[in-house]
Amino acid sequence: MPAATGQLSEVTPSGRLGAGPRRPLSVAERLGAVVAHHLTVYRRTWKGSIIGRFLSPLFFLLSMGLGLGTLVDDSAGGVDGIPYLQYVVPGIVAVQAMWLAFGESTYAVFGYIRWNQMYAAMLATPLRVTEVLGGHLTVIAFHLGVATTIFIAVAALFGSFTSWWVLLAVPVGVLTGMAFAAPTFALAATLESDNGFSLLYRFVVTPLMLFSGIFFPIDQLPLLLQPVAWVTPLWHGVELCRDAATGTPPGWAGLGHLAVLVLYIGVGWLLAHRAFRKRLVS
Amino acid sequence: MSEDVLLRARGLTKRFGDFTAVDGIDVEVRRGEAFGFLGPNGAGKSSTMRMVGCVSPVTEGELRILGMDPASDGPAIRARLGVCPQRDILDEDLTVEENLWVYGRFFGLTRHEVRERADDLLEFAQLTDRRHDRVEPLSGGMKRRLTIARSLMNTPEVLLLDEPTTGLDPQARHVLWDRLFRLKREGVTLIVTTHYMDEAEQLCDRLVVMDHGRIVAEGSPRALIAEHSTREVLELRFDPDEQERHVDAVSGVGERLEVLPDRLLVYADDGDTALAEVHARGVEPLSSLVRRSSLEDVFLHLTGRTLVD
Repeated sequence: MPAATGQLSEVTPSGRLGAGPRRPLSVAERLGAVVAHHLTVYRRTWKGSIIGRFLSPLFFLLSMGLGLGTLVDDSAGGVDGIPYLQYVVPGIVAVQAMWLAFGESTYAVFGYIRWNQMYAAMLATPLRVTEVLGGHLTVIAFHLGVATTIFIAVAALFGSFTSWWVLLAVPVGVLTGMAFAAPTFALAATLESDNGFSLLYRFVVTPLMLFSGIFFPIDQLPLLLQPVAWVTPLWHGVELCRDAATGTPPGWAGLGHLAVLVLYIGVGWLLAHRAFRKRLVS
Repeated sequence: MSEDVLLRARGLTKRFGDFTAVDGIDVEVRRGEAFGFLGPNGAGKSSTMRMVGCVSPVTEGELRILGMDPASDGPAIRARLGVCPQRDILDEDLTVEENLWVYGRFFGLTRHEVRERADDLLEFAQLTDRRHDRVEPLSGGMKRRLTIARSLMNTPEVLLLDEPTTGLDPQARHVLWDRLFRLKREGVTLIVTTHYMDEAEQLCDRLVVMDHGRIVAEGSPRALIAEHSTREVLELRFDPDEQERHVDAVSGVGERLEVLPDRLLVYADDGDTALAEVHARGVEPLSSLVRRSSLEDVFLHLTGRTLVD
């Protein structure tokens, strides 16, 4: 059988084989193809991601929530009147989303651009930058949703939450993660070498974890450091998770937190799109 | 524009800032042809290929592929192209057949079509018995064939091959050339870049020689050789320190003399006669060789430089 011309499929042909114009793909088909690619790869590599995704947050729950928590509860009666476990675990929900987002959008994206050039291979097909970028971000949102759900389910077994509203922490976890992933995509597409990522982890990821109101309220921070929490996404995610976990209506502050997360995602998307175009289709 | 002209470029130009990678070239490729861009690294071949592949906007000039404009119809054009990049861009974590499957989905093929095409192409690429293996440990030749197989998933009408055999051993190159001949016989138009003259001679019906972003010659390999070189070439090697002393004595033999760092090339229609004359002039080279002219000689004549430094 001729390899190049092949035989058209008899079972509902796609109209995308053989000579002449091909039937265009819908946006959903394009995104679906990119998502399918990433999930196929993940099916081969998921084992390596287990420790970072599930065990690290669990270790924090055990050491901070239960270990340190006993001490805090005995000496100070919890934080703002709630037991330390229930105070800290919603924060860990948000921080595990941030970790996952950085894990999936630094070296992974840089590698797709520089090392195995997967994005270039996709762009040689009818796919466009919007779908290559959008598909990859969609997959990360999916991972964030799954990982956050699993962590919340496990944490609930330890009595970390007092309200069913905690289910809302799943979309909040997704938004928090995406608020980091989108701008990091832009960074990964701009960097000339991967050295920048170790600086990112040292000077962004770790300080944010410490100064975003996860382990103690940010009003305990020196005044100069508080704005760091206000202008970065993590604290906003933590606050929303905490409200969800206790079933507290977040009010106007909640809308503000949401707006910051959405703003980071929106601006991050625009920057990433521009950086991808510049790097991949110039 | 004639139905049979698949690619037409007029004054095609690509600039990156101040640097002009492609400097106003005119090219026409017809359906069913194997067309080559021959030139050294940095001649502008890959930049041209990226524009033809609709992943690099045209700076200036006109480019039509399958009668369409890449600026407005990129996805529609790419749906009918196969692109085989210089480096094998494969998912090393996936198996051989998974690489084909996910790629087929990018073109919107159905699950059934993807499986069917993958089966055919694994056969074509002689990889059927490796289909369940991961890609990473495959040999260079196998990865190259898989990359080509993948670029054929959408039954392309035009296959773009950027340096298809660079980095392969001689046997793997011949296997690959054989596969490309088959494609050509099935009617696929091939557009190839290469800096190997033997590859250009083997594969291309017609080619352009590029240098510094410009086209310096165009024609079939045979016509180019006839036009820009002699039938035979006599190569003379001397002790490197003494070569210079013999240049004057040898000049005038044959039609033309090229002085390379390590040898003298005497261009003559009859190499043996030329060698006899060299001996008659009392010049005794360390070694001598009479060979047929190649595209390398064409390039040397046109640019004063060799293709592969």
